[in-house]
Amino acid sequence: MLTFVDSVNEAVSGIKDGSTVMIGGFGNAGQPFELIDALMACGAKDLTVVNNNAGQGDQGLALLIKEGRVKKMICSFPRQSDSWHFDAKFHAGEIELELVPQGNLAERIRAAGAGIGGFFTPTGYGTMLAEGKETRIIDGRGQVFEMPIHADVALIKALKADGVGNLVYRKTARNFGPIMAAAAKHTVVQVSEIVPTGGLDPENIVTPGIYVNSIVKVA
Amino acid sequence: MSAQTNSQASIQTSDKPLGREQLAELVARDIAPGSFVNLGIGQPTLVSNYLKPEQNITLHTENGMLGMGPEAEGDDIDGDLINAGKIPVTELPGASYFHHADSFAIMRGGHLDICVLGAFQVSATGDLANWHTGAPDAIPAVGGAMDLATGAKDVFVMMTLLTRDGASKIVEACTYPLTGVGCVTRVYTDKAVFLTGPDGVTVRETFGCTFEELQELVPVPLKAAAAVVG
Repeated sequence: MLTFVDSVNEAVSGIKDGSTVMIGGFGNAGQPFELIDALMACGAKDLTVVNNNAGQGDQGLALLIKEGRVKKMICSFPRQSDSWHFDAKFHAGEIELELVPQGNLAERIRAAGAGIGGFFTPTGYGTMLAEGKETRIIDGRGQVFEMPIHADVALIKALKADGVGNLVYRKTARNFGPIMAAAAKHTVVQVSEIVPTGGLDPENIVTPGIYVNSIVKVA
Repeated sequence: MSAQTNSQASIQTSDKPLGREQLAELVARDIAPGSFVNLGIGQPTLVSNYLKPEQNITLHTENGMLGMGPEAEGDDIDGDLINAGKIPVTELPGASYFHHADSFAIMRGGHLDICVLGAFQVSATGDLANWHTGAPDAIPAVGGAMDLATGAKDVFVMMTLLTRDGASKIVEACTYPLTGVGCVTRVYTDKAVFLTGPDGVTVRETFGCTFEELQELVPVPLKAAAAVVG
């Protein structure tokens, strides 16, 4: 069921200790900063967070990590020039890391949303990221079995929503939004604009409203 | 780079080693017209400066775009329009946006013609090591490197031939953790262009050294190409 809520705090109120939370964004593009700030304020801890990165600078996901609220990161690229909060937690042994090739991360999220129980892919075959995983030779190529990544909640950012929760995004800020919306049990979206139902061209909808549970407009 | 006589010495095409810009220019010239290409972060990004409009190359960025234009400047900078290195870029006419799973399906599904990547090491059979030093205190970060290396039809590597300590980065077997197995098809270095594959390493051309001098630097058996094709 879809609800429109008035505040980001209300939008994230369903997130509990121990939840798995997908957070959209690639770098800062598409990162739902206001929802992450609300997640920070709500106090939920022991979180497993799925994001491409592990926080940049002193904002958003980086602060959540700094405050020790993230038990485990599932991501493809944690190490950046300004990922100092993750780096410190990792070196202190205070955060678990599941490192996933970016295409596997995207496809595992997509698989969860599409009800797929897993898939074989050549990506990672013969590398340390395939250690301990089932492999097969398919069509003459070594392939690795990868499992879907499900989440309790997805926090994503879109440009516009209409009255039934259909979404459109903006440029490369789309990135993980559509697949995370489908993969989570409960999807929370922050948008810049809410338009009346019928105000978005049905041909151009990127995420149909069936995947969306909660929408909040942010300034 | 005109074709020369069919002897080993003839594959030397430059008196001096190539600089980074010259190497980027050479890679750009070798990309077939109409190709769909992904340029990795760092040195490979320089290649875009030398692509000519008449080549009609379409650049892919793995964060969800085809038809990427040059780096954005001034009023064109838009936080929602960045490349895989998180640098603001521009869109060209005909550009398209798509979500991350579609973007990686472009690589993983074999639709991308060429990716150009940096490397720590390339093995004699085209294994690539470019994502992790393996140092115990290093935080590993793989990004899209494994998907690019495994999915693109051709994987071009750009790197210096030697490390700062003078060791060859073309090796019998990689000692750094692998990115992909048998995936590299060409290696562009300051001293030579190598073609790699299941049959070993062929030298297409050398820069500032003869084939024999090159062989002394590289600890795997090299074959000289029959002739240089410009």
